[in-house]
Amino acid sequence: MLTAILVLSALSLVFGLILGFAAVRFKVEGDPLVEQIDAQLPQTQCGQCGYPGCRPYAEAIANEGAEINQCPPGGEVTIIALADLLDREPLPLNPENGAIKPKTVAFIDEQTCIGCTLCIQACPVDAILGAAKQMHTIIESECTGCDLCLPPCPVDCIEMVEIKQDMLTWKWPYPEKPIAQKSTPDNPLEASA
Amino acid sequence: MSMAPVKLWDFHGGIHPEQNKLQSTTEPSALAQLPKKLVLPLHQHIGEAAEPIVEIGDTVLKGQKIANANGYVSAPVHAPTSGKIIDISEHPIPHPSGLSALAIVIEPDGRDAWVEYTPDQDYSEKNPSHLRNIIREAGIVGLGGAGFPSFIKLNPGSQKKIKTLILNGVECEPYITCDDMLMREDAHSIIEGVHIMRHALQAEECVIAIEDNKPEAYESICKAAAGIAGLRVALVPTRYPQGSEKQLVQVITGKEVPSNGLALHIGVVCHNVATAAAIYRAIHLGQPLISRMVTITGQAVKQPRNLEVLIGTPMDELLQQCGAEFDQIERLVMGGPMMGFALHEINLPVIKTTNCIIAATREELGLDRPAMPCIRCGACADVCPVKLLPQQLYWHARAKELDKVQEYDLFDCIECGCCSYVCPSNIPLVQYYRFAKGAIWTQEQEHKKSDQARERHEFRLMRIEREKREREAKRAKKKAPRPKTDTAKPPPVDGAQMADKMRQEAMAQRDSAEAARKTEIQAALARVQAKKKDAAPKTDAPVAANSPTPAAASTQASTPTSDSDSSADTATHKDHEQSQ
Amino acid sequence: MPFNAPTSPHQLAPTSITRVMMLVILALIPGIAAYVWFFGWGVVVNICIAVVTALSCEALILKLRQRPVLPFLSDGSAVLTAVLIALTLPPLSPWWITVIGVAFAIIIAKQLYGGLGYNPFNPAMVGYVMLLISFPREMTSWIPPNELADSSLGFIDTAMFILFSTLPDGISFDALTEATPLDSLKTHLALGNTVDEVRAQLGLDAEASRVLSVIPIFGAIGGKGWEWIGGGFLLGGLWLIYTKVISWHIPVAMLGSLLAISALFYLIDPAHFATPMFHLFSGAAMLGAFFIATDPVTAASSNRGKIIYGCGIGLFTYIIRTWGGYPDAVAFAVLLMNMCAPLIDHYFKSSVFGHKK
Repeated sequence: MLTAILVLSALSLVFGLILGFAAVRFKVEGDPLVEQIDAQLPQTQCGQCGYPGCRPYAEAIANEGAEINQCPPGGEVTIIALADLLDREPLPLNPENGAIKPKTVAFIDEQTCIGCTLCIQACPVDAILGAAKQMHTIIESECTGCDLCLPPCPVDCIEMVEIKQDMLTWKWPYPEKPIAQKSTPDNPLEASA
Repeated sequence: MSMAPVKLWDFHGGIHPEQNKLQSTTEPSALAQLPKKLVLPLHQHIGEAAEPIVEIGDTVLKGQKIANANGYVSAPVHAPTSGKIIDISEHPIPHPSGLSALAIVIEPDGRDAWVEYTPDQDYSEKNPSHLRNIIREAGIVGLGGAGFPSFIKLNPGSQKKIKTLILNGVECEPYITCDDMLMREDAHSIIEGVHIMRHALQAEECVIAIEDNKPEAYESICKAAAGIAGLRVALVPTRYPQGSEKQLVQVITGKEVPSNGLALHIGVVCHNVATAAAIYRAIHLGQPLISRMVTITGQAVKQPRNLEVLIGTPMDELLQQCGAEFDQIERLVMGGPMMGFALHEINLPVIKTTNCIIAATREELGLDRPAMPCIRCGACADVCPVKLLPQQLYWHARAKELDKVQEYDLFDCIECGCCSYVCPSNIPLVQYYRFAKGAIWTQEQEHKKSDQARERHEFRLMRIEREKREREAKRAKKKAPRPKTDTAKPPPVDGAQMADKMRQEAMAQRDSAEAARKTEIQAALARVQAKKKDAAPKTDAPVAANSPTPAAASTQASTPTSDSDSSADTATHKDHEQSQ
Repeated sequence: MPFNAPTSPHQLAPTSITRVMMLVILALIPGIAAYVWFFGWGVVVNICIAVVTALSCEALILKLRQRPVLPFLSDGSAVLTAVLIALTLPPLSPWWITVIGVAFAIIIAKQLYGGLGYNPFNPAMVGYVMLLISFPREMTSWIPPNELADSSLGFIDTAMFILFSTLPDGISFDALTEATPLDSLKTHLALGNTVDEVRAQLGLDAEASRVLSVIPIFGAIGGKGWEWIGGGFLLGGLWLIYTKVISWHIPVAMLGSLLAISALFYLIDPAHFATPMFHLFSGAAMLGAFFIATDPVTAASSNRGKIIYGCGIGLFTYIIRTWGGYPDAVAFAVLLMNMCAPLIDHYFKSSVFGHKK
């Protein structure tokens, strides 16, 4: 009886020590979930998801159970990536948040611009260059195509221009659905729709 | 001949498609007729597009450089004949996308007058880097179809010792016979080119590999190569895709080129036979790359044959010269049937990588086979020369699971098309892989871009916060002017913390955004009406800029991160105006 | 002049699912011929009923699933499933046995899993096993080969019996039927008789049986006729391997493992274990090895995987035949290994070109 108690106590002590050591030695400095979600979002900061930016949306997904299908700029790729990350079912993009559009960059008609700086304040990534009463211009490589500079412009001199495809950016398209192919599970998003 | 037979190794998989090579080898090669105009795309190679150095209206001579290489991986473009530059603009080019790209158009004057050039017979005295420079300036790229600038592949690097130079005369794709013809008719140039390449690379030995379906070419090369030390000719059994660099290296040396490595890393360099001939012409004769051998074939062509074609010649003129029945053409393919791509138009120019043009009829292609579901027969895995699992790649590529396709080594796929060829279900496997590769590249680029955007956004939030603090501090100073305190100094700013704080504020403001959006719409409507009334921007500009209502409201509504305090907002506005 | 511009390759091998399936069906013909020779016309009638049932079920479900009907009906996979089921049924099975089995195979085992290419289990074997479990009496009422039978039926009589259960005057169904050799061997061994005694009871004198056990392929206990049917399927299977419709891996692995394990036990105790040749040429071993286990949809796909998969079927077949509750076991063995196929595929990948071994 006594031996059994002693043996068991000794064992639990030893295993406890091993576990404790393992906990310290192999501690995982995991990326917090919000960071991981944020990393998948396109960072346009456009607010189409209904949250004031990408990180707030990431927080909402992580903490408030927001759906993963509210990001039109990210589109299908983002939804699948989020579904993968969070082990949720991929959903089709929520049409209330907008539609998937071709990638664009803003373009300021420099003839019309009055230099009011309103768009500069609206731009979430500081991609507009200019000063008061001076014409503004877009730093094309920094523009995320979020459309946020359009509404504040008092003279409507900003236009969203589709990014033109050239030989270097062209990619092979997804194969067309052949006649006899099963029509549903080609696309996980369509399948669950 | 005293050549020791070359020991050959095997490679996995491969197929034996119908050859269709005899049609275009019955007649010797001929010169293509001088076309009415030549279209020279600036991007005919792998790497950056060339930059034009001529202007519309200039007259140029044959062989004159008309566009400069742009960067290290690039190649210049030369005028294939003398004439006048009549256009520099976007033209449709041979590319799977069917897109247009910048091209220089020359109207030949018919004189075919050469620019002054300097033949250089005695290269062996020259430094290899000097030779590479001449080859680079001659615009020579890999003529086997890939179009990688050749001078780069003639640079062994500082520490690498090149053991074997393999000259690729395999030409494993069906239909194509341009290398075959070149080897039959101009073995001398090829062998001379080999000498230059060996000198540039300081390679120990050279093996010229020819498939056994080209006995005439083999004979001709053997004759020209007889008695040259360290040069052997290997007759390899015909099998597709033996001409792919990695497979050929394995067949000749028995070594596998490491995944995402180069043949160079295992001491082997591989060049096409036509490239060797072009290098000979560049060094010995001083002539840049302005023409190449092109196979014109396919059932819609009455006299299939090989033509020596000036770069830039429109394909329809070549087809016409070979008696093509244009209404019979169902599909026009540039390159071979296995890896070539279908062209969208018929009047595209021949470029440096155009080795073959197939004008295929409907019967020839056996079209209209519907794709059926995969039955997991594994035929694809049996023929895959890279030993991939095409089935698994297909499932994941089809489901757009981009991380899983990479687990199955998608990027080792050489897109040879063997899997699609044998698939009893006719699934366009290769296109699924190409799609997946493209999607992964796009995703990586977008990730890079979004990281950049995040950084800039966080910096912006931090800056706004800092400005706000400074302003508050200033205001406090004005209100209660106290002598010298260090409280006004803003505390050290941590970007992420600031961003968090800003965000919390912004989230609180989210509910009011709805109402603000309505105001915004009204403001927009008013604006449109105002604009209609008065088209001149000058008159309504000051109104809009100065009136706080529409402008401020819209800023507030659409800038999710802006402060909820509207007075602070206008203050920010002014602050901006002052600071900028 | 714009062209449509699809992706490469622009040249395809002259192959299709239909062609593959039709070659497999063609390769079944020698076996079927032997079948007819020894067991009468029943099997032909069964094949006809099965094919009609399979095609109608397939068409119906495709319609309900809103899939294109013609490309899938003409792929030949349903016909092959039907023929395989018909070959596993007793030649004088009533028509409804065939119909139920085939309908179950096509509707449940194939289409409800997603149709061609998506079924995890071999539909023919699922159909057969369902019948065997549900209708054990009908499924074990075999007839003896023609030369041993007291009376045999012509084509019309056979069809009449299968469709309407009517027999010509003077012939009773019981007089027509007899257990299969595998079945009777099992029964007798269970009763404690030795293999030699079983032979004797089956009408062979001891002298003949001893000679025959030396050259067992021609041995009567392979089952009169059965060894010829097995031989027919072997012939067809070899032709399939020769024409590269199937690879050698699965048949060789399956027959090899069956041969090895049966030889082992036969050498240990020849009195209580049947000869290796008996195992190879009885029941569905040959049919299974070349035509059922090689179904690509449900088998392992890599070459090494195929060998593991084939060995598994061979071993399970012997184990269930010898110690299990059923006389033949190829169907169970195939279904068991179907379950393992994804696992096998996961663990037996070949090393990719250019990667460190």
